Amino acid sequence: MAFKEIELNMGPQHPSTHGVLRLKVTVDNEVVLKVEPIIGYLHRGMEKLWENATYPQILPFTDRLDYLAAVSNNLAYVLAVEKLMGVEIPKRAQYIRVILAELQRLASHLSAVGFMANEMGAVSVLLYCFQSREGIMDIFENYTGGRLMVHGVRIGGVPFDLDEDVTGLIRRSLAEIPGRIKDIEGLLNENRIWEHRTRGIGVIKPEDAFALGLTGPALRATGFAWDIRKNIPYCSYEDFDFEVPVLAGGDVYDRYLVRMEEMRQSMRIIEQALDRLPQGEFRLRVPRLLKIPPGEVFHTVEAPKGELGFYIKSDGTDKPERVKMKSPSFINLQSLELMCKGNLFSDIVGILGSLDIVLGEIDK
Amino acid sequence: MPDGMADSPRLLRVQEFLDKRYGAGILSRSFEKMELTVKIKRAELLSVLAALRDELGFNVLDDIIGLDNLRSAAPEEPRFSLLYQLYQFPGFSRLRIAVDLGEGEEADSVTSLFRSANWEEREIFDLLGIRFAGHPDLRRIYMPDDFEGYPLRKDFPLEGKP
Repeated sequence: MAFKEIELNMGPQHPSTHGVLRLKVTVDNEVVLKVEPIIGYLHRGMEKLWENATYPQILPFTDRLDYLAAVSNNLAYVLAVEKLMGVEIPKRAQYIRVILAELQRLASHLSAVGFMANEMGAVSVLLYCFQSREGIMDIFENYTGGRLMVHGVRIGGVPFDLDEDVTGLIRRSLAEIPGRIKDIEGLLNENRIWEHRTRGIGVIKPEDAFALGLTGPALRATGFAWDIRKNIPYCSYEDFDFEVPVLAGGDVYDRYLVRMEEMRQSMRIIEQALDRLPQGEFRLRVPRLLKIPPGEVFHTVEAPKGELGFYIKSDGTDKPERVKMKSPSFINLQSLELMCKGNLFSDIVGILGSLDIVLGEIDK
Repeated sequence: MPDGMADSPRLLRVQEFLDKRYGAGILSRSFEKMELTVKIKRAELLSVLAALRDELGFNVLDDIIGLDNLRSAAPEEPRFSLLYQLYQFPGFSRLRIAVDLGEGEEADSVTSLFRSANWEEREIFDLLGIRFAGHPDLRRIYMPDDFEGYPLRKDFPLEGKP
């Protein structure tokens, strides 16, 4: 067939773009030559809003960034503010934060794996994933009252103490999810269609991934043991025994496997935190009118999508001078073009699913 | 919280390295909350970042942060600052390099050193209007192409048009 280069538009309204993402794809017949992501459809001017809000007022905004992992966003922002204030929060609050953050990682990875499988036609996997995720949403609902916009962390600690009801629900989920993960792996791991659509698809070389600033499961699937929880521990992560799963293939299949293994590690962390939950206060007294002395900090956490950071500059008033968010999805999306080049057009949705981006976080 | 430079020998080494190599190019430095910020002359930016990357292992550019100092800076002081948040992997140290820019001045693009800087520089151009010399594809990234003004500037109103 003759060489014929055509330009196709995917989105901004497309079911598998996880939000409003537009991809300008150049193809030669079925083979992808170029992918240009066009973003900004969900831009709400968060950083401008934050400059005009007080420190506690900013916190609910952060739920709306990565809406599949609200607690991770809360935590990153709150830790940056606490570093700026120079306060140390009670151990019990730190452990509760770890439990919430790891539950959130479980929920986020479950939806990532589910969407990814759904986009390649394995609809039943999505239903299995969402059934387990539902249990975690119930925990959040019981604890904070919110399911998606959890708002589960406060400056100085956590909003509530963990009571018997909530720990019971967590234990129940922890007992349930491993079986569910096995079901999912049974459906996918050695499924010939799944392997055909994921193995050797969307490969990125380790040096390219590193240079393009890729973080999170996608980077760990290329062989780097990059996990801020281990590298620069925050929130008492050094107290827990867990491993950082690393694979070397750098393809869609390995990114899926890394997520599955990370879920097991998250459950290990939650179990340890529940067993060793220290007694004491769950929240520091923080003045309602919070004025922070001038200074600047940059703090990052390991969010489900990658390295999530907040830079905050204070000018001594109750509103920050500048808040800049380092959003993992924004940086990770830069690698999409390299991953898609040379693959078939129909693989784009699978590769996009394996990157696990959220447009709320990219567009801010 | 300990707040002394002696507590982080790694950052102390970085500071000695920079002092020795770029004595006159360093304008100021501060060490707060265990974070070292070194402000350098704009002309030295690429050479300092390359030296830090190749010789001291600061091989990751975590983020670039653009600041509009309209409210805090005196009229004769430069209006904008750019902060380059570096990370060492492995080694796990962080370092902040800062440069100042007046209105209408261009910064050197660091995309030749760090490919991840591409979109970050586009974002700063889009929201703050700072141009980067040598950037391969400097276009708006969030706002529509025909948008006028730069929303994150301090003189851009929260509501309505400037």
